[in-house]
Amino acid sequence: MTVGDGGRRRRYLLRRLGQAVVVLGLVVVLQFFLLHLAPGDVADVIAGESQAADPEFVGRLRQQLGLDQPLPVQLGLYAWRLIRLDFGMSHAFGVPVLDLIAERLPATLLLMICAIATAFVTGTALGIVAAVRVGSWLDLAVSVLALLFYATPAFLVGIGLILVFTVQLRWLPMSGMITPWLEGGWWAATLDVARHLIMPMLALALFYVAIYTRLMRASMLEILSLDYVRTARAKGLRAWRVIFGHAARNAMLPMVTMLGLQVGSLLGGAILVETVFGWPGIGRLAFEAVSRRDVPLVLGILSLSSVLVLLVSLAIDVVYTRLDPRIVLR
Amino acid sequence: MRLLRRLGRSPAALAGIFLLLAVAAMAAAGPLLYPEGPWVLIGRPFAWPGELAGRPFGTDSLGRDVTAGILHGSRISLLIGLAATAVALGFGVAVGALAGYFGGWVDDALMRLTDAMQTIPPFLLAVVIVVIVKPTVATIILAIAAISWPAVARLVRAEFLRLREAEFVAACRAMGMSDMRIILTQILPNSSAPIVVSASIMVATAILTEAGLSFLGLGDPNVMSWGTMVGLGRSDFRTAWYLVAVPGVAIVFTVLALNLLGDGLNDALNTRLGRD
Repeated sequence: MTVGDGGRRRRYLLRRLGQAVVVLGLVVVLQFFLLHLAPGDVADVIAGESQAADPEFVGRLRQQLGLDQPLPVQLGLYAWRLIRLDFGMSHAFGVPVLDLIAERLPATLLLMICAIATAFVTGTALGIVAAVRVGSWLDLAVSVLALLFYATPAFLVGIGLILVFTVQLRWLPMSGMITPWLEGGWWAATLDVARHLIMPMLALALFYVAIYTRLMRASMLEILSLDYVRTARAKGLRAWRVIFGHAARNAMLPMVTMLGLQVGSLLGGAILVETVFGWPGIGRLAFEAVSRRDVPLVLGILSLSSVLVLLVSLAIDVVYTRLDPRIVLR
Repeated sequence: MRLLRRLGRSPAALAGIFLLLAVAAMAAAGPLLYPEGPWVLIGRPFAWPGELAGRPFGTDSLGRDVTAGILHGSRISLLIGLAATAVALGFGVAVGALAGYFGGWVDDALMRLTDAMQTIPPFLLAVVIVVIVKPTVATIILAIAAISWPAVARLVRAEFLRLREAEFVAACRAMGMSDMRIILTQILPNSSAPIVVSASIMVATAILTEAGLSFLGLGDPNVMSWGTMVGLGRSDFRTAWYLVAVPGVAIVFTVLALNLLGDGLNDALNTRLGRD
């Protein structure tokens, strides 16, 4: 008796879901202990900010926040709050953490999705070109370009872009997401956001263009040497049909995996890019939260971004099992 | 020796080695040429490169010598890159080796820990660690190591999974060799090729991470690194873009050199290793 294909896929996905829950639990524990490395606790920070040095006040605060409890109890309380999506209030902004994140998330998602889409398309195209003309000057040029992009930090790209397109050419706005007091309806607003988006998107995307180009080139080279491609050529198919119809589609499989792995690193890059361009997203919020020692906000951002990473990697798994039936489900 | 000869045949690897030697020379020359350190004021501020005799890269907004900053900064970047990689390799190899060799619940437990560490966005985690425990060179090294060991652990685990069923390992077991000895003297040396390749890329990534942290103002306030210089120059970049460009180029070339070396090693050792 063999288990049906659908059953096996469901079992595999359930197992992955179980693993994701365990990982999420571990993330929570890691974050909790990470914050306990800090000298002083939340009560000290609040007291410091409201400039109340009264030890009685700090003691009361500690009791209120449950900081006088033993560590395992605190961890339990903390986890229970997270399960109820209760991230508490941000000290620095005086607003619930969840509201702040919800307000800033769309800007970051817009930036990340546009950047990764640009990188994916450009990288795929450059990779195919380099692989098809392997050994030529075009291949060399693409490879050198990819190496340079790979080595240049996003904040440098950002500053360079501002120098050229804002300071010299005066084509694009330097920072922010939308011009204040803009008139002209939604079309003008969309255009305005797009103009603000171009530079931060490029700054974030270049590194990933490099990664995708290298990956696609290697993947294409491997696949172009396989028997089925030779068969397709021998059948007399046109070169471009072999390249796009047969080789490129399969070469893109490892790129999908890579896409899933990169959500976390993109979020990290967003911190730098959003700081350079004053983009009102999660990255800049994280930096503000960290530099103002806003513990609940830092924890909220860490937890939610970890959830985002896990969700994307699960989604990629689902897509992957459908894309390639040869994948062994373990 | 064979490795060196193979590396010598790749122009990219040679270029990488040449560039790295240049950076190492800069690091060595820093305290000799500028014993007073990178913080002293030597002349008028905002002197462009070439304006002051003997100060080829000019001065910054306070009149500090940019050249001295670049030379001393190379020491910090190299130190942090190498030390963070060493710590991450030590921890990552240990975790990966134990997980891959023993399998079962050890593997499950260690791999879930690795997953958890990889789930938290790495640069964000480094930022949080550095802020929580005060930015010093040591804490920056540890923070970068903390975000880079999981990749090593995965790589080493995969090698150990492959090799633990190999015949020579079975032979060692039959001889009664202890697990620790098999791990350290038999499997580890045989899985060193991909570790060496990834190490050079890790140093590059560590240098980039340090530059990013310093750029955000989260570097060690007592040392001048290339990232610090870019961060300091940022406020004046409209008028004095060389303050960003000079340390920026230093970062790009060093990282480029390490990547070239990594590619060269990869070809020479003939490992099949994707990047990232």
